[in-house]
Amino acid sequence: MEKEAKIALLKERAKELRKTALTMIYEANSGHPGGSLSAADLMAALYFDELRLNPENPRWEDRDRFVLSKGHVCPILYSALALRGFFPYETIHTLRKYGSILQGHPDMKRCPGVDISTGSLGQGISCAVGMAIAYKRDKKDARVFAMLGDGETNEGQVWEAVEAAVKYGLDNLVIIVDNNGLQNDGACADIMPTQDLCDKFKSFGCRTFCIDGHDMEQIVGVFEKIRMESGCCKPFAIVAKTVKGKGVSFMENVVKWHGVAPNDDEYKMAMAELEVGLK
Amino acid sequence: MKALRDGFGDEIIELGRENSKIYVIDCDIGKSCKTQPFAKELPEQYLNVGIAEQNAAGVGAGLATCGKIPFVCTYAAFGSMRMCEQIRQEMCYPMLNVKIACSHGGLTPANDGASHQCIEDIGIMRTLPNMTVIAPGDYYATRKLVKEATKIYGPVYLRFTRDAIPFVYDENEEFEIGKAKQLKSGNDVTIIASGSVLHLAVQAAEQLEAEGVSVRLIDMHTIKPLDKEIVRKALEETGAVITVEDHNIINGLGSAVCEVAAELGKGRVKRMGVQDQFGESGPYYKLLEKNGVTAELIAEAAKGAVSNG
Ligand SMILES: Cc1ncc(C[n+]2csc(CCOP(=O)(O)OP(=O)(O)O)c2C)c(N)n1
Ligand SMILES: [Mg+2]
Repeated sequence: MEKEAKIALLKERAKELRKTALTMIYEANSGHPGGSLSAADLMAALYFDELRLNPENPRWEDRDRFVLSKGHVCPILYSALALRGFFPYETIHTLRKYGSILQGHPDMKRCPGVDISTGSLGQGISCAVGMAIAYKRDKKDARVFAMLGDGETNEGQVWEAVEAAVKYGLDNLVIIVDNNGLQNDGACADIMPTQDLCDKFKSFGCRTFCIDGHDMEQIVGVFEKIRMESGCCKPFAIVAKTVKGKGVSFMENVVKWHGVAPNDDEYKMAMAELEVGLK
Repeated sequence: MKALRDGFGDEIIELGRENSKIYVIDCDIGKSCKTQPFAKELPEQYLNVGIAEQNAAGVGAGLATCGKIPFVCTYAAFGSMRMCEQIRQEMCYPMLNVKIACSHGGLTPANDGASHQCIEDIGIMRTLPNMTVIAPGDYYATRKLVKEATKIYGPVYLRFTRDAIPFVYDENEEFEIGKAKQLKSGNDVTIIASGSVLHLAVQAAEQLEAEGVSVRLIDMHTIKPLDKEIVRKALEETGAVITVEDHNIINGLGSAVCEVAAELGKGRVKRMGVQDQFGESGPYYKLLEKNGVTAELIAEAAKGAVSNG
């Protein structure tokens, strides 16, 4: 596909992801919109371009794996899985409902396409390291992608995992940080300053890229570079500068929208804005 | 109706005002743990260490060695499990005066699902030497027991829950750690409950009374040290005990009562609670019902115990 056409298509997908995720949270009247919206463009590029997946066979042994280490933003993951056909689209209306495959945090035993159950922050990335080591030892060319929150990097376990990834030369692992600058109680700068995450990942020994996580060209470009550098014997880290709540003006950069659902009016306003797409 | 976590938030700020040694340490969920008014009013006694529970526990222990009385606040799942070894090594072993104050115990973060629910904490915490374990049954009990926790020296695990539940007490009720409260006297059967399902036990007892069953009702707000004397009397005088808790039936209140019964060699115990299975997303009372914990089923179990007696 022509690069321009591809980028236009991925932007369209990101828009659908945002609308689907917000609809899920609105209908469930509970969930995490802010970090779902900040991750939407990265998720679109992953699920509609970069990841090697087979929705017919979610447990395909040679698939690329995706670990949503910041499990609370599962509505955006469920949206991607629904739109890729891992389960019927109508399932989105069951988020957080009794008996649903779409649990409040991802459950790999219930939901096709979920590679590991997450929800307790800081743990998913270690599981991603385990997966990447197994792929290497089994001589598979599949890769592992892990998405983390910036607040999540407060957890010491994240850095333990990064050290192990470097030690084992996991150039089949791509760590993506959704660097939206906010966590639950406030701005990262006030709650626990992360310092410069790009410097941190570099100093730990990762091949590190810093991008604008809403610029589809940059996102696609960085994944391309990473593919070309496979064999560098280093894990990759993408620190993606993002805006929490991106795409809904009244949610952007507002701490409150970390973990509350929109009411009727807010939902209508948000959907109208999302329909127009990112500026 | 009021949530237990609100009881904690409302009490800790008063305690903090009176005693500048009282500290709150948050782990980026202060909003959910209801400590934000404390943070605002008493910033010199407040820390937020971010999403780093293990560090929070250690910082709490360090503060305690310098004479502070820290309350480390997070969800029960993270407070009892992510911080578990730090609690053992740096609070229980050296017998330091740190309080672990956790919201979201049991199945109460109902929508969030299994990752955020916690049905294991009481079992884990009561197995640690030197630890005191408290699960208040309503808003007022929470306030009083938080206050009592500051009066005893040593590590205390306090378990609160997320959602609003009915009042069982009024603001004048007094509580003593380690001393259970007998809410109804009766001789046919005893119900011992703790935590946020206490009100279901109250409803069951009222139903039983209306049907002419003489039921004894006990609020076991302190699971460790357990009020063994009141359990012994219940076993000897009523023969049968039903335990009710929002926790795995393994290692919680039910198990603690069974230990007394087994060593005494008297009485029968039926444990009601989470049936050794993970929670899931759904309405709180639906999740309890799935585990057989409803007022009706408690009453039925009590009647069953009487007729078998
Ligand atoms: C171990 C652990 N502690 C606390 C929480 C509660 N929690 C859920 S989301 C969140 C904030 C996450 O912030 P960040 O990682 O920046 O995510 P984002 O901004 O992308 O939503 C917290 C503290 C948790 N899920 N796991
Ligand atoms: Mg963030």
